[in-house]
Amino acid sequence: MTNTLEIDGLRLHLPGAARPVLAGIDLTVGARETVALVGESGSGKSLTSRSVLRLLPPGATTEGRVAVQGQDVLTMDAKQLRQLRTHTAAMIFQDPRAAINPLRRIGDFLTESLRLNADTPAQQADERAVRMLDAVGLGERVLRQYPGQLSGGMLQRVMIASALMGDPALILADEPTTALDVTTQAEVVGLLDDLRERFGTGLLFVTHDLGLAAAISDRVYVMYAGRIAETGPAEALFDRPRHPYTAALLRSTPRLDAPQGRLAAIKGQPPSLKEELTGCPFAARCPFATQACAEELPPHRPVPGEPDRLVACHHSDQLADQLAGSAAHD
Amino acid sequence: MTFLRFTLRRLAEMAATLLAASFLIFGAMYLAPGNPASFLLSGRSASPEALKAINDQYHLNDPFWEQYLRWLGQVLHGDFGRSIEYRTPVNTLLAARLPSTLLLVAMALVLVVVLGLALGWIGAVRGGATDSTILVGTTFAVGTPSFVAAVLLQGLFSVKLGWFPSSGSGAGLGSMLWHLTLPALALALYLIGMLARVTRSAMLEVMGHEHVTVTRSRGVPERAVIRRHVFRNTLGTVLTMGGLIVSTLLICTVLVETAFSVNGIGQLLDLSTTTKDFPVVQAISLIIVGIFMLVNFVVDLLLPLVDPRVSLGTRGASA
Repeated sequence: MTNTLEIDGLRLHLPGAARPVLAGIDLTVGARETVALVGESGSGKSLTSRSVLRLLPPGATTEGRVAVQGQDVLTMDAKQLRQLRTHTAAMIFQDPRAAINPLRRIGDFLTESLRLNADTPAQQADERAVRMLDAVGLGERVLRQYPGQLSGGMLQRVMIASALMGDPALILADEPTTALDVTTQAEVVGLLDDLRERFGTGLLFVTHDLGLAAAISDRVYVMYAGRIAETGPAEALFDRPRHPYTAALLRSTPRLDAPQGRLAAIKGQPPSLKEELTGCPFAARCPFATQACAEELPPHRPVPGEPDRLVACHHSDQLADQLAGSAAHD
Repeated sequence: MTFLRFTLRRLAEMAATLLAASFLIFGAMYLAPGNPASFLLSGRSASPEALKAINDQYHLNDPFWEQYLRWLGQVLHGDFGRSIEYRTPVNTLLAARLPSTLLLVAMALVLVVVLGLALGWIGAVRGGATDSTILVGTTFAVGTPSFVAAVLLQGLFSVKLGWFPSSGSGAGLGSMLWHLTLPALALALYLIGMLARVTRSAMLEVMGHEHVTVTRSRGVPERAVIRRHVFRNTLGTVLTMGGLIVSTLLICTVLVETAFSVNGIGQLLDLSTTTKDFPVVQAISLIIVGIFMLVNFVVDLLLPLVDPRVSLGTRGASA
């Protein structure tokens, strides 16, 4: 069976950037699987998820393959692309207040793509909208309301309902909880997880929140400067990080189970798009960096004894104990 | 606020404004130099008796307040008095000339709305060379006053090509349309450029909003994205411009009608101002003020239909 999402060697160039914004991304999401894509702002995680719907910034050029249910998104014609966006993959955006046209009714937002693109009769589209609103815990009357009449949490539920309208195989959630307050965040994450189970969709969850990633996902990809630094099952990756960047991220995340006083910050800034990179992109900020790190790009290598984990670090094996020790406090 | 309350409040406001405007208009004519009697007698040396007769007939020697209140009383009864120059009731004069002006302004308005919106839309959506061409064109349009446009259009289409008449307003609808095409173009040119630029920049601004990206991400066809989300969201701006457009048309029609010798109320205003025919000037000025307020009232009534965040009696978003 083919994976729901398969990204192979995706490279993305933007005009004016000295290096590719995405420098060879490999990523898969299986059917009904939840995968988290974690990284700082500017690491390319949003761009990666947007490329799945070919929502690319103007002037962007791509290499590689992005296949949703076996079909390459990057080479589709306009009609296939609309079909993909309506029925196969849908994205949930960060700020629902900005993501829904304030001048149109919620009902219009929900049914628009089905009515205009898939020739679904308006009545049938409305019926589905009512069912999807019910699935996210909202009543039918919302259909006739305007976005300005709903709260942020309710609007994000509307957003989730709209993503489910076309019965997609894959949902891309681009920081879906960042713009919400903490209690609403938990509700939205719980709802997403339930609905993924109920409607049998794969979920790519893009976030900068490691705790959230650990809570919701089966597997995790950690991204840094347009490359995957490390990937593996969520539990193993957070228990025994094999990349210094993952370990540093974990140290800078507050934990309720093991309070540790002052949080560690990662020194320095991620490399700017204006500078070319040789060697490991994290070398400049890495406490363990050696001459080799600055000169040679580390390939993705499997972790010994853990076949489903890959890490891109020259010294991963030597550092194993040190990294695990610095990250796990329990 | 309910529709009824809003309408009543606005009507009261409009009545008060009209009253103030009537005072200003009458006062301005009273203070302006020159005397209608000297125009009536057109330079002939008049006997003091003749002058007195004229002054008595039009009550020109009465105190200001008496003159103003007498005029106001007449106006409230729908009577704008008699023209000094033409010696006929002002109402008859206006009725004869109103059709040309209304048709001219309507034609210009259609041109402005259709061409302005279309050019702005095309520029915003196509971009590139098309957009640059439209930008240059609209810059010229905005920089050309209507009386200059009138002379240029007459030179090209009347004198050189002979396609349209250079003056007059024709009789019968067909002939009027033909006569008023060039005046309407001259009147519309500046506003076409203006509306095209406003539409273009408003559409470009909306295109940068995230909800447009979201709509695209749902597979909605691009044409529908532009029509239902980008253009739709600029309607509030366009409608607000509408009030400005109509008032500019009303003012510029004075120049254009004069340039093309269209016998409408704009030309009448120009002639009457020169001859100090103050009953006519006062009537036309007051009507222009009235139409201007009416248009803005209609715009305010329509805004909540275009933008659900605006409710009657408020301006701007109330989320």
